Amino acid sequence: MSGSSGGTARGNSFEPTPDVVAMLKERARFVRLETIRLIEIAKTGHYTSVFSAAEIFAALYYDVMRLRRGDPKWAGRDRFTIGKGHAAVGLFPIYADLGFFPKEWLDQYTRLGSPLGDHPDMRKVPGVDFSSGSIGHALSNALGMVLAQRWTGERDYRVFCMMGDGEMQEGQVWEAAINAAQHQARNLIAIIDRNGYQLDGRVDDLMNIEPLDEKWRAFGWEVHTVDGHDVAKVTELLRQVRADDERTRPCVIIAKTSKGRGVSYMETEPGWHLGYLDPSDAEKAIAEINALDA
Amino acid sequence: MNGPLSPNSWQYRGLNAVNPGLDHLSNGLIDLVKAGHNVMAGSADLQYSNGLNRFAAAYPDRYISFGISEQNMVSTAAGIATCGVTPFVATFASFLALLVCEQIRMDVAYSAQPVRLVGHHTGISLGFYGTSHHATEDIAIMRSIADLAVISPADGPQLEAAIRASADYDKPIYFRIGRGRDPVVYKETPTFTFGKAHEHLKGEELTIIACGMAVHGALEAASAMNADGRSVGVIDMACIKPLDRDAILEAASRSKKIMTVEEHNVLGGLGGAVAEVLADEGIGVKLKRHGIYDEYSLIAPPTHLYAHYKLDAAGIRSVAEAFIA
Repeated sequence: MSGSSGGTARGNSFEPTPDVVAMLKERARFVRLETIRLIEIAKTGHYTSVFSAAEIFAALYYDVMRLRRGDPKWAGRDRFTIGKGHAAVGLFPIYADLGFFPKEWLDQYTRLGSPLGDHPDMRKVPGVDFSSGSIGHALSNALGMVLAQRWTGERDYRVFCMMGDGEMQEGQVWEAAINAAQHQARNLIAIIDRNGYQLDGRVDDLMNIEPLDEKWRAFGWEVHTVDGHDVAKVTELLRQVRADDERTRPCVIIAKTSKGRGVSYMETEPGWHLGYLDPSDAEKAIAEINALDA
Repeated sequence: MNGPLSPNSWQYRGLNAVNPGLDHLSNGLIDLVKAGHNVMAGSADLQYSNGLNRFAAAYPDRYISFGISEQNMVSTAAGIATCGVTPFVATFASFLALLVCEQIRMDVAYSAQPVRLVGHHTGISLGFYGTSHHATEDIAIMRSIADLAVISPADGPQLEAAIRASADYDKPIYFRIGRGRDPVVYKETPTFTFGKAHEHLKGEELTIIACGMAVHGALEAASAMNADGRSVGVIDMACIKPLDRDAILEAASRSKKIMTVEEHNVLGGLGGAVAEVLADEGIGVKLKRHGIYDEYSLIAPPTHLYAHYKLDAAGIRSVAEAFIA
C-alpha cells in the first residue's frame, strides 16, 4: 500500500523487512483460504489459478501498488488489469479487505444478483480497474491507461497487468506488446503467471510458448524473471521496477509459479484448473495452506 | 522513401486536402478540441483513408498510430477512456465491426466506456477491393450490442454535427461512414440529436426511410416522383440506435407503404429495425426493405455497384415505383 520507498531503482535497497515479508505471507495465506471459502459457495471455481498468483496479488495490493483504502476510484492510484480474469475469486477478498466494498458481499459470491462472479466486472465491483473474461485484452487495456497519462496530467501512476502463460497464445497480446514498446509505455509493468498449465493440459505441450523471455526482449521490453512464490523476492523486484525512473521501455516479469501452490495434490495432479473440493478435501487443503511457509 | 512527397501521391493529396476525402472527421474532432474537450484520435494504418492525418497534423500529441492492430486499438481505447479521455478510433468498417466485434462488446459497450468507433468506407464503397473490404453486416452486428449507439450520417456536414453532439453523449458510439465522396445532403450545417430522425419530405403513398449514402439518392428519387404527381416522403434515419420509433410510426400512419434503403444487407440493418417497430406495434403497412439482398457484392467501381444494386437515385426510384405500382 505504501508504494516503493527508499533506495534507487538500479541499487539493491528494495528488500522488504522481515516484518513486511511475514505480513505478505499471511496475506497470501488469506487469499488462498478465502478462495476456498468463496468457491464453497459457488461449488465450482479456479482454485489453482489463484494459488499460483497469491504471493503476487499480496505483494501488489499490500505493498507495491499506490492505493488509498476505501477509495477505489482515486485518480492517482496505480491500476491493475488481469487477463486471467478467472482468478478474480482471489482478488475480491483483497478488495473487500481494502474497503473497496462491504465484506458481506463476499458471502453472496456468485449468488443471484451478486456483483461478484467468476470474472471481474468493473461495472459492478469497486476496485476492478478493467473487466476481464475474454483472454488477451488486458494488456491493451493497461496500455490505454498508460497512454492516457499524456492527456490527463496524472503521470505518476503505474499500470500492472497480470497475464496467464496460456494467454501468450492470444494474438492480441503481441499486438499490445509491439504497440507498448513503440509508444515507450514505461509505466506499464506486465506480470506473467508462468504456472505451466492451461485448461486442456501443459502449456508447452499444447502450444509451446518458449523461449518466453527472448520473445518479450525481441518485442522491445525489459524482461525480469522471479520465483513467483518467494514473496520477498517478488516484492523486491516489483518495488524496483515500480521505482525505476530511468527505464524508457515497458517491463515484463516472468513469475515462475506452480499451479495449485499450497495444496499438494493440486500441484501434482493435472485437471485442477477448474474444480470443487468436497468438505473433507477442503479441510485437508486448508490444513496444508495453514502449514505453508511460502 | 523519406524524400518529398510527389504531388500525385495519395499522402500528398490527403495532407493538402486535394481530395475531398473525409475532412469532416478531422474537422469535427478539431472542433471538439477547440471547445475544450479532452479527446484523442487513433487509427490502424489508415490515416490517409479516413483523413485523420489532418487531425494528426493539427494536434500531433493527440493522435496515436496503432499500426495494423485493430483489436489492440479498440481495447487500448477502452483503457484510455477509463481515465477520462474520449478516444475516437477509426478503421475500415469491415475490420472494425467484424474483426473487432468481441472487443467492442466486452471492452467498450459492456464496460460502458465512451469510446467513439469510426467505421469508414462502409457498405460497398470500397468497390473493387472486394468482400474483405465491404461491410454490409455492420449495422446488424453493432445494433445488437447493448448500450452501443449506431450512427450512419448521410454526408460530411451531418457527420460533423453528430461528432459535436457526441460531446454530450456518455455512451459508446459506432459511427458508420462512407468514403468521403458522398454527395452533400445538408448544404446548411445540420443539427443532430441522438434518437431523432430528420424528416425531409412527407408522403401519402410512400415514405422512404434511408440512412447513409442512400439518403441523397432517396431524396432525388422522391423529388422526381413527386414532380410526376406521386406523393413520396423521405426520412433520414441517421441515428439507427437509439431509434426514433415515433418517426416510423408517424410515417406509417400517414403513408400507405414504407420502404427502407441502406447500403447494407436487407437482413438486420435499418430495414430490420423498422420492421421490428412496425411488427411490435401491429402496424399493417406494407414494407419494402431495399439494400443488398443477402449476398456478397460483385467487384466494380463503387458508382457502378450502386447502379447495379439500385442504390443510386435511378435505382431507388425504380424500386420505389415498382413497390407502389
